[in-house]
Amino acid sequence: MNLDAHVKVIVGEFTLDVELDVAGGRTLAVVGPNGSGKTTLLRTLAGLTPLDEGRISLDGDVLDDPATNIFRAPEARPVAMVFQDHVLFPHLTVLDNVAFGARARGRTKRDARDYAGEWLDRVGLADRASAYPRELSGGQGQRVALARALASDPALLLLDEPLAALDATTRIDVRRDLRRHLSTFDGVRVVVSHDPVDAAVLADDLIVLDHGRIAQAGTPSDITARPRTPWVADLVGTNLYRGTADGNTLHVDGGGSLAAASGVGDGAAFAVVHPRVVALHRAKPEGTPRNVWSGHATSIERVGDRVRVKIDAAPSIVAEITAGAASELELTDGSPLWIAVKATEVDLYLA
Amino acid sequence: MTRRRERPPLLPVVIAAIAVAAFALPLAGLLWRAPWSSAWDELSSPEALDALRLSLITSLAATAVAIVLGVPLAWVQARVEYRGKAFVRALTTLPMVLPPVVGGVALLLAFGRRGIVGAQLDKQGIQLPFTTAGAIIAEAFVAMPFLVLTLEAAFRTTDRRLEEAARTLGAGRGEVFRRVTLPLVRPSLIAGAVLCWARALGEFGATITFAGNLPKTTQTLPLFVFLKFEGTNTDAAIVLSLVLVLVSLLVVVGLRERWLTTR
Repeated sequence: MNLDAHVKVIVGEFTLDVELDVAGGRTLAVVGPNGSGKTTLLRTLAGLTPLDEGRISLDGDVLDDPATNIFRAPEARPVAMVFQDHVLFPHLTVLDNVAFGARARGRTKRDARDYAGEWLDRVGLADRASAYPRELSGGQGQRVALARALASDPALLLLDEPLAALDATTRIDVRRDLRRHLSTFDGVRVVVSHDPVDAAVLADDLIVLDHGRIAQAGTPSDITARPRTPWVADLVGTNLYRGTADGNTLHVDGGGSLAAASGVGDGAAFAVVHPRVVALHRAKPEGTPRNVWSGHATSIERVGDRVRVKIDAAPSIVAEITAGAASELELTDGSPLWIAVKATEVDLYLA
Repeated sequence: MTRRRERPPLLPVVIAAIAVAAFALPLAGLLWRAPWSSAWDELSSPEALDALRLSLITSLAATAVAIVLGVPLAWVQARVEYRGKAFVRALTTLPMVLPPVVGGVALLLAFGRRGIVGAQLDKQGIQLPFTTAGAIIAEAFVAMPFLVLTLEAAFRTTDRRLEEAARTLGAGRGEVFRRVTLPLVRPSLIAGAVLCWARALGEFGATITFAGNLPKTTQTLPLFVFLKFEGTNTDAAIVLSLVLVLVSLLVVVGLRERWLTTR
């Protein structure tokens, strides 16, 4: 089982151009900001949006290839999709929702219902079989949507923002369940999410889309530790700097420089500095830190028992300090501050 | 502090009351003049029963024609983009505002023995004017827009993603229509069909012009009422008018939730 796709779709000014290669039994997460082309990518894989150029093949079976005029309609593809907000059929019971795919793929009504019953059992909703979708909670709706997709026996399962419709409290449980259910499906899984944390929990591999192109690909831990887009860095709450490496120093685009403990070679590079390793002082600190520079606090935000301080400087940085430290510094908007970061805390890597 | 509601201004309330009276008085007149003692006899006279039966048959047949032609028309108007769509909409809505008698004249010119289509049909031995089939056509012509407009709005507001979900689950376009789209628009289909049927039942102008006024063949209830009222038996006209009022009232009350509120 293997998905091999080169997807190129042009919508007005926007071009989506992405290559994917995902093995069966693995989950690929596609993350990126709104408008980066994530949903369009899923729709082309499902056959709901035709390709302009490229080729989609699943297990060697060509689903879409404009060059040779091959296009398999959505119903003729072994592809199922879990839609954002679930999109359950409101006029059918939970059982008939889940039985829909099996019926459409040729089983008798009774057979399809038996099969749907097994799937409902598997997602722990056997007792809700005769309910209608409007009577379900968000988490239950999500499980029904997943069961409905899997009960059509796909080789490729697509999930569009599977957790976006849920509130924060149920989200973590549903995410854990979803991960468990996905691991029992041995086809190819592709999940779209705007949340890298969800993606990191669900996926084996991750790609970051930006303006229709892959900005970064790798494992979730790699991408969150060493982001290459400001968008990912912001979401995982870290400081990302882009610039030019010169030995073990990064000359940051937009001003300033950062010294790391060791060099990676010369050329375009990134540096990551975690907010918790940034020290703040009222006066210029004495001693060992290699990186010391000054600026002004522009925003002070309490997060739990810690305080996030944004500092306008060259380069600008976000620091996360304890509430105690914050009150000692007598922080207010516009306070002048000294910033200190040890060279060993600067993670430098080539672009 | 108690909250006091502002009193509504007098002028619009008075005018509104006059408007309500304008609706209510004719109905009151009908009830006032109704020959209650002989009502059952008038209703069960052979002539009246013939008109009643014919009206039921033609209005139901016209509704069936409207559903067969109107459902695909409404779907195309809601879902297919093509040039001239606005023109088609105007054309298919026209019978709602066209004087029915003009519709009847137009139908006669098209399907009459010398009409563009009628002449061809005549050669095949098919005649539509002055037949029950003609009455059905006249009623369908006038009533179909009610179904089409109701249903078109429903097709347009259906969540397309439900249909896409069904496609990804293996259902072809026909199956999606049958198992998803149609059930979703069913309330609107019923409302549209009932409105269409009520309009067909009350059709007068197009029917009398195109199909004539032949007892048992084209003399539907409204034609019968008109004939009796103009002639000698006003009592029969009043009783059967009340029947039509009752049916209309049931339709209005029945559809109040679906169609006639402005939610």
